[in-house]
Amino acid sequence: MKKFKDIDTNKFLLGITIVMFFVMYIIGMIVFNKQGFAKPQVFLNLFVNNAGLIVIATSMTMVMITGGIDISVGSLVAMDCMILGDLMMNKGWGAWSAMLAVLVIGLVYGSVQGFLISYLNIQPFIITLAGMFFGRGMTAIISTEMISITNETFSSIAQCKIILPIMGTMNKHGKMMYPFIYPSVIIALAILIIMFVVLKFTKFGRSIYAIGGNEQSAMLMGLNVKKTKFIVYVLDGFLASIGGILFCMNTMAGFVEQAKGFEMDAIAGAVIGGTLLTGGVGNVFGSLFGCMIRGTIESFISFQGTLSSWWVRITIALLLTFFIVLQSIFSKIKAKK
Amino acid sequence: MTNKAVSLKELRKHRLFMPIVCLIVVLLINLIKTPNFFAVSINHGVLYGYIIDVINRGSELAILAIGMTLVASSSGGTDISVGAIAAVCAAVITNILSGGTDSVNEFHAPFLLAIIAGLLVAVLCGMWNGFLVASLKIQPMVATLILYTAGRGIAQLITRGQITYIRVDAYKVLGSTIGNNPVPTPIYVAIFMIIIASLFLRYTAFGLYVQTVGINAKAARLVGLNPVKIQFITYMICGLMAGIAGVIYSSRIYSCDANNIGLNVEMDAILAVALGGNSLAGGRFSLPGSLIGAYTIQALTTSLYAMGVSADQLPVYKAIVVVIIVALQSPELYKMLRKKTGAQKKTVIKEVTQA
Repeated sequence: MKKFKDIDTNKFLLGITIVMFFVMYIIGMIVFNKQGFAKPQVFLNLFVNNAGLIVIATSMTMVMITGGIDISVGSLVAMDCMILGDLMMNKGWGAWSAMLAVLVIGLVYGSVQGFLISYLNIQPFIITLAGMFFGRGMTAIISTEMISITNETFSSIAQCKIILPIMGTMNKHGKMMYPFIYPSVIIALAILIIMFVVLKFTKFGRSIYAIGGNEQSAMLMGLNVKKTKFIVYVLDGFLASIGGILFCMNTMAGFVEQAKGFEMDAIAGAVIGGTLLTGGVGNVFGSLFGCMIRGTIESFISFQGTLSSWWVRITIALLLTFFIVLQSIFSKIKAKK
Repeated sequence: MTNKAVSLKELRKHRLFMPIVCLIVVLLINLIKTPNFFAVSINHGVLYGYIIDVINRGSELAILAIGMTLVASSSGGTDISVGAIAAVCAAVITNILSGGTDSVNEFHAPFLLAIIAGLLVAVLCGMWNGFLVASLKIQPMVATLILYTAGRGIAQLITRGQITYIRVDAYKVLGSTIGNNPVPTPIYVAIFMIIIASLFLRYTAFGLYVQTVGINAKAARLVGLNPVKIQFITYMICGLMAGIAGVIYSSRIYSCDANNIGLNVEMDAILAVALGGNSLAGGRFSLPGSLIGAYTIQALTTSLYAMGVSADQLPVYKAIVVVIIVALQSPELYKMLRKKTGAQKKTVIKEVTQA
């Protein structure tokens, strides 16, 4: 029998998150049973509504494992949506070329931030804060009006229902209704799994953990710290752009105020999922649960109906604080040992 | 080397050299673009002109820069929640004064009481940040990110999502002018705060303590300082400064718009600190530098507005400026440049010797 002290505190944190998610969901099923919270579609909607967030939280996890952070993602998502809208609706681009353009922009964004952070050794906060304001401002420069996306190819990709032939429920008219998901969910989960494999089983992934654990020793081990960090931020920009496209598939519009506070949702997702702010520890599946907890809170508030949507943000902030405090307590216990 | 060159070199080494040069450059560009930039006239009994506008609008920023300088120095991080704290403070004040309605023509509660309550809430927000940063050792930006995003939500809840108007002349005083005095009140408030801060830093050892903690918290502890307490106090002061700025913002528009009060001001405040020659990684600081930085940023903002850049687009230019400044502050850049030029020299020598 293991003693409490011997249990890996990081796994313990992740355990709390998973238990918390299921407890919250079961409470939701009991409280909002009449409104149909227990339907499988409501559960799948957690993925449908948060596909973009899942991808971004995954890449945030990667960045945070190196000990850095990226608070520019929210603005980048807004900029991506705006560029998609602008290219498709105003410039007459096709859906695929517009998406490709956005991915390239993400790569460029990531490389600039990565260069400044890793090669010039500037705090990631300052650079990504500047990136955050830059992205938001660029969005306003492109257009201050909202652009709705009505491109046929794009909407057919976004709204192609993939019906799952399981757990169907009878609706009022006695017709069998099967739950469905959108392609964005599949893309998001595929990226999650790819990132999991990359982080766990490749040399690149292992060096990310090594750098986050202790940069000095990673360097002494012969790892190219600067190059690895640079690639991390480039990849982060790229993934954030994919997240932006998925987010856009959900909203089908681009406007300046979009995805405000998204960076905090992503950071909260990662932190709640057991990623340490100090770096070196993290798991993308934990972040998935972090995002799902956020999604559950969101559906609580929409099912409840009377609360303002601001409560989502405030609850997330409280939850983030709670987990940060937990982390801090655990690290103090570790230090004492 | 002549005497003159030496003195110029010394001058360049002075901490305030860069900030002052920046300010002069911005002002010169303005002077060329708008020749009447320095013209001051009296309109409706109030001083009027671009330069007055810069000093007037820069008041809040100068006040915020005081707090931000201390925070950056003591913790090596920045407080990105100042704009949100300003909004919360303004929301509390207008809500108390209006007694819960959306628009009033007279105070529903004593003015002073409301201001004190608002500032108290701002200090509380600062203490919250301080607790997270100093006691729990969380990176300052993550810690303040919580209030940055949640703060405006809280302000929205306080004002019930409405814009609360206080249409009382006494409330407008702080944002406009006192009676027939031609100088806008925010300037007085800023000068007052600057004097207090400078006296405080000059006649107490607090400034020294802050720098010691910022340079090496462990060493500070060994010489008998309490780094936790000192960092905590700097965040508290930063919260208070954000609150005071919030009062002025709110008084200017005699209302509280929770979404827009102090919007993007955290970027300006960080810029002011960086531009003032202070390292954002903590340690030594110079308050005059930050203040010059604050007015430089305000001059930049005013001139960008004058050039027809909209408020939404401003952050792009500021983001570029901040990246340039921090890149120039980075020692790595010079190392890289030296390496490159060094490598070139070496190859040249090689070529020469081979030849």
